[in-house]
Amino acid sequence: MANVEKDALTGTETTGHEWDGIRELNTPLPKWWVYIFAASVVWAIGYYIFMPAWPTLHDYTKGILDYSSRAAHRAEMARVAEARSVWADRFREATVDEIAGNDELRRYAMAGGAYLFADNCVPCHGAGGQGGPGYPVLADDDWLWGGTREAIEFSIRHGIRSESDETRYNVMPVFGDDYLEDEQIAQAADYVLHLSGQGGSDAGHELFVDECSVCHGEQGTGLAEMGGPNLTDGIWLYGTGSRDDVMAQIRNPKHGVMPAWEGRLDDVAIKQLAVFVHGLGGGQ
Amino acid sequence: MSEALTTAPVSQPPGGADSQPLFEAAPTIYPRDVKGKFRRLKWWALIVLLGIYYVVPWIRWDRGPDAANQMVLLDLAGRRGYIGGIEIWPQEVYYLTGILILAAVGLFFASALLGRIWCGFACFQTVWTDLFLWVERKVEGDRNKRIKLDNAPWSAAKVAKKLTKHAVWLFIALMTAGYFVLYFVDAPTAVVSMATGAAGAWTYSVVGVLTFTTYMAAGWAREQICIYMCPYPRFQAAMFDEDTLLVTYEAWRGEPRANYKKTDDFARRGHCVDCGLCVQVCPTGVDIRDGNQLACIGCALCIDACNNVMDRFDLPRGLITYDSERNKMLRSRGQPTRKRWVRPRTIAYTVVITLVTVVMVTAFAGRARLEVNILRDRAPLFVTLSSGDIRNGYTFKVLNMIASSKTYDLSMQGLDDARLTVIGHQEDPADTARLPVAADTVGTFKIYVAAPRAALDGQSMDLRFVLTDTETGERHVQDTVFRGPAR
Repeated sequence: MANVEKDALTGTETTGHEWDGIRELNTPLPKWWVYIFAASVVWAIGYYIFMPAWPTLHDYTKGILDYSSRAAHRAEMARVAEARSVWADRFREATVDEIAGNDELRRYAMAGGAYLFADNCVPCHGAGGQGGPGYPVLADDDWLWGGTREAIEFSIRHGIRSESDETRYNVMPVFGDDYLEDEQIAQAADYVLHLSGQGGSDAGHELFVDECSVCHGEQGTGLAEMGGPNLTDGIWLYGTGSRDDVMAQIRNPKHGVMPAWEGRLDDVAIKQLAVFVHGLGGGQ
Repeated sequence: MSEALTTAPVSQPPGGADSQPLFEAAPTIYPRDVKGKFRRLKWWALIVLLGIYYVVPWIRWDRGPDAANQMVLLDLAGRRGYIGGIEIWPQEVYYLTGILILAAVGLFFASALLGRIWCGFACFQTVWTDLFLWVERKVEGDRNKRIKLDNAPWSAAKVAKKLTKHAVWLFIALMTAGYFVLYFVDAPTAVVSMATGAAGAWTYSVVGVLTFTTYMAAGWAREQICIYMCPYPRFQAAMFDEDTLLVTYEAWRGEPRANYKKTDDFARRGHCVDCGLCVQVCPTGVDIRDGNQLACIGCALCIDACNNVMDRFDLPRGLITYDSERNKMLRSRGQPTRKRWVRPRTIAYTVVITLVTVVMVTAFAGRARLEVNILRDRAPLFVTLSSGDIRNGYTFKVLNMIASSKTYDLSMQGLDDARLTVIGHQEDPADTARLPVAADTVGTFKIYVAAPRAALDGQSMDLRFVLTDTETGERHVQDTVFRGPAR
């Protein structure tokens, strides 16, 4: 059937078929292409034998090498943990102050803490611990629950108003809602502004001593043991310190929640974070 | 109908019926062995250059306990370069630019004086190809035997010869690639780890790739690297003038060429007997009698070949010479020849080389061994403290590039009543802080500067950090800014 002949013009063989007088030149695939194709077929067969390849009804063919990327990743992580275990042991035995006092441990804590902070803390507290409305600044020296490394470690571990049994917890009562008159709230707000030297008046002194000093202290300087904020430093958590902002907080206080990180992060990570946060600038 | 279709010009190759294929396989070149003074010179160049390559990684150099003790080492992992007594940090890689400029101008200079002496004698492509050719000759024999072998049908003997040759080639390539790694990691440890399989995947990949490229370039591609891949032959002619020494054929004496017949009188014909040996010995397969050309690498082996032939015919040597165009012309007129080394071109190259060298040596002699980088915190830009003071944070990197530890005193200028703290070093606010930096390391310090709001007179104030070496009293000044709130 095939009538192979040379095309006169090009010197190339034809396929030997003729369709309505049209003949086609036989231009085979380049040899290098054919060789690579053949090699790929061989490779694929080897791949089926050695590597996981075919799905079965409930499983898949494992291949002789029994490779799995998940297992490889697990092994990789185990190697990392192994490499870190030297540090982990030293961190578990040391207190946060001891860690900060040791050059080597502190460098490790600051380096690791930077990543942990970026992964876990930045969404609320900001990239450099600069905070935001309702989220405390970690870079300044005004601490609600104390700024020593141990206090910071405790806050991270157990959280604030969290679900942990040992959580740091306080609630500022609602002074609006018929407990205080509007004039009294205004008076208290003026006194608070007066405390931080932003105008106001001291007419509300009596009221402040009666109602506020239990948590904020007689002088308004705050009580870290119970998380009573310092009112004399002009640093505000909610609002910018305007009279309206202060009155709003007295009338119907806002409260933030920070989760307990124990259980989410291991002991080493919490200690690294405590040292790092303390090193953001405001540590006491 | 059918007739018309088949004669229609639809089956023309692209470019028309007369067009030629775009690719032409290069003919295999079988260089013939030759003896002579240039061949000896090439052997010596090969021995010396390969010797340098294989010996240098093993030379030790004591730099104290904390630094590498290898004379030449580009420690990529440790980020240091060592060349003898010189240590280079990553920041100083621009020295490499100077060295490369020197190498380039040096190459131009050598080309202006001696033609393609680099290509013919010193280029690694030439050296390794020479070595591979030597192996080929030892295993398969000289030119004629190799041609015969390649044309012969496959036999056990042919397979054995080819296998031997390629095995030796691969071994040499492997040794070349393995030694290359030793310039980047400590040689004794690397040899042990590579041999025991303990080296990393990167090391083996580099060795694998370099083995392959060496084997391909010196075994298979050879002259095609010089002719088709290397950019240098394309512009080498720009460096030449009529006084440049080149490998050339003295056509005035050789032509008209003809095969020798017993009845010939050399006084009445050209001296070239057209034996073709100059072409057979050429590693790039050129005919030097066609004149100076791109593919000629200036190895001068054709001179050796031709001189041997001239000796046999009792003719004077030097039908192919390593001499200048000018001298060739003078000789053809029977005038005395001379070598001109001092020419505008060579003077210009000498001046450039001297200038670059002076600049580099000066820069190197006066290079700073202390560098300070200050990164100002941007989040937050500044912090208000409970006392009302404004505080800025800075990350300080002190690069101590010498082999002994240093202690620096840090102080500030330009901001009244500013106090600083350094995490881990100066916990209480003070005017100065003492910063220790270990030998040959980067000391990183987190520094906080606090100033009373009253001392600030704008949103951005100039602040100057002064770092003083406690031993030598040397000062290093670095300017930055202190940011505060709008007034």
